[in-house]
Amino acid sequence: MSIRTPLSRVRGLGSAKSGTDTWWLERMTGLANLPLNLFLVIFLVMHVGAARAEVIASIRNPLVAGLLILSFIAIAWHMRLGMRAIIEDYAQAHATRVVLLLLNTIFTVVVALAAILAILKMSLAS
Amino acid sequence: MVETKPASRPLSPHLQIYRPMLSMMMSITHRITGAALYFGTLLLVWWLVAAASSDQAFNLAQGFFSHWFGVIVLIGFSWALIHHALGGIRHLIWDTGRGFDLATVEWLVRANLIGSVALTFVLWLVVYMAMP
Repeated sequence: MSIRTPLSRVRGLGSAKSGTDTWWLERMTGLANLPLNLFLVIFLVMHVGAARAEVIASIRNPLVAGLLILSFIAIAWHMRLGMRAIIEDYAQAHATRVVLLLLNTIFTVVVALAAILAILKMSLAS
Repeated sequence: MVETKPASRPLSPHLQIYRPMLSMMMSITHRITGAALYFGTLLLVWWLVAAASSDQAFNLAQGFFSHWFGVIVLIGFSWALIHHALGGIRHLIWDTGRGFDLATVEWLVRANLIGSVALTFVLWLVVYMAMP
């Protein structure tokens, strides 16, 4: 017989092994994405058919580079949380789920890193 | 010990038993557009990395996005983004506990669908006018 309380035995055994922080962060990154993606879309529309030099000239403005970097952080973060919810809904087997969650993290980190490095390279190149 | 077999009780009804409703379809569409945007972000990253790399790489990316096939992909991408963004606002409203009566739910999902199509149209009108 165990002397542990019922609460201590079930603690940490939830489906995702965590509380509501994922739910909350999904909302907060989504909320951040509204103004940031509006900026991103306006930026893209302003560079329809633009030459490479024009794009680089725009990104050399620190405000533009900063907002673009923030956009990709919020986008990649929201992507990771959203895909995590999908994986947790449909991937039943434990091994499949762990592998898919790992790939999800790798993919979103690479996406964010590639975008941020590209922006920094254009922004800081002399 | 007595051998116990799982009793053949009726299972709870699943998706196929319900008449498809707009709100239900919009919930599914929100997830599908989210998943599409997840992979669509690669196009944005391609464009940025190309711009940071070389004239040759950038011309290749610009060439794809100005080709009719690239334009169709981008129209779909922009609709998915707008639809998912409006759907997100709808969910944020629901998260505050408001808008759960059936009339409001129906109004919200209709506004989401009509709004995303209308805004995508306006966006591409602007893009068309901005084209050199």
